[in-house]
Amino acid sequence: MSSSGQGKGSDVLDSQERERFEQLVLPHLDAAFNLARWLLRSRADAEDVAQEAMLRAYRFFGGFHGGDARAWLLQIVRNTCYTWLEKNRPSEMKTEFDEELHVQPSPTPESLAIASDDRERLTRALETLPARFREVLVLRELEGCSYKEIAAITAIPIGTVMSALSRARLRLQQALTQHDPQEASREL
Amino acid sequence: MSCEHASAILHGYLDGELDAARASEFERHLESCPDCLSALEAHEALRSALQRAQLYEPAPVALRRKIRASLPAARPAGFGLRWMPMRGLALAAAILLLAFVGWRVLPGLNQKGEFEAAEMIDAHLRSLQAGHLTDVTSTDQHTIKPWFDGKLDFAPPVRDFANDGFPLQGGRLDVLRGRAVAALVYGRRKHVVNVFVWPSSESDVAPRAGSKLGYQWMEWRKGGMEFCAVSDASAEDLEQLQRLISQ
Repeated sequence: MSSSGQGKGSDVLDSQERERFEQLVLPHLDAAFNLARWLLRSRADAEDVAQEAMLRAYRFFGGFHGGDARAWLLQIVRNTCYTWLEKNRPSEMKTEFDEELHVQPSPTPESLAIASDDRERLTRALETLPARFREVLVLRELEGCSYKEIAAITAIPIGTVMSALSRARLRLQQALTQHDPQEASREL
Repeated sequence: MSCEHASAILHGYLDGELDAARASEFERHLESCPDCLSALEAHEALRSALQRAQLYEPAPVALRRKIRASLPAARPAGFGLRWMPMRGLALAAAILLLAFVGWRVLPGLNQKGEFEAAEMIDAHLRSLQAGHLTDVTSTDQHTIKPWFDGKLDFAPPVRDFANDGFPLQGGRLDVLRGRAVAALVYGRRKHVVNVFVWPSSESDVAPRAGSKLGYQWMEWRKGGMEFCAVSDASAEDLEQLQRLISQ
């Protein structure tokens, strides 16, 4: 995997730096995994990519000069996800904006059986959105990031975060209505 | 304000990202515009549906362990000449910090409760950082409850509150004040709540709460058990969990 702009890496940190890494960065593994899971739409792939991203963060930790460790890590996770998608699912990256191709077969693992119907429906709808819309929604609604953090993570200008979210939410509402018009109008 | 302008900043309003002047301008527009009001309500409904659905997926415990094991081992902190100035600075900073803590923070800890809360928060942080959040991972109270049998000299009350938004995630043994305690782990949206439980022969005490280092804690005694909940979730969340546990 190519290194992209996160600074010069060194494979081995000294024990103090490692301790700092464990205190500042490792606690954000949940955030890293959650973003990867939604960008890749797969828990198994998200495990691999989150691990890869965490190792990259470890190598690039020398280039982290304080500030928002979560945003710094999520930026690396996002880059790692897109690199992974380009390599492993190039067709997905090309057809990014054709949402009709992304209607997923509904997953039926046992874990979903206990979850509410809402959860399944929203998951499906969210997964049909193009990744660029999905990522701003996940960062805002699930991760609780501010516009400033979203701008830092996704490398879009802060002035356009609001309009990106606005488009993403409209698409999500649309996806929910398309999936199940009756339910959607009842719920929303 | 025109509807066009209002719909452009609706999402900034929804996300609490507008400054006060623009927010009140937007609110004034809503009073006279049912269309923009219903658009806002639709987006609010969508947001609360997203919250209710608990779509956040925390990393599996096994992944946390795997990553910690796969990080290259640290090289020992060197004593090379090149590093000495930095180390000296770091040491000086540490001494200043300790002095500051001793001056500002410790007097506040004289109260017993505060000191105990600090201990609980330490235990909470340990549980998150060591990748040892749970010894037994299950959402089933009937799996977790028997797991504690024989490991503790008391039976902690283990109940799942997934329907109320606090799914049980697992349990763990911990040691606090020199005694083994049960730690029950609950999820609250993306947050983790540790509830420490141990027996007590003293009478019931109403909940006391506080916050420290950005973490909320709440402590109470009921039915011969001492409880302490710690989390980075909100104080209201802890109150709600306390009520559920005490029911």
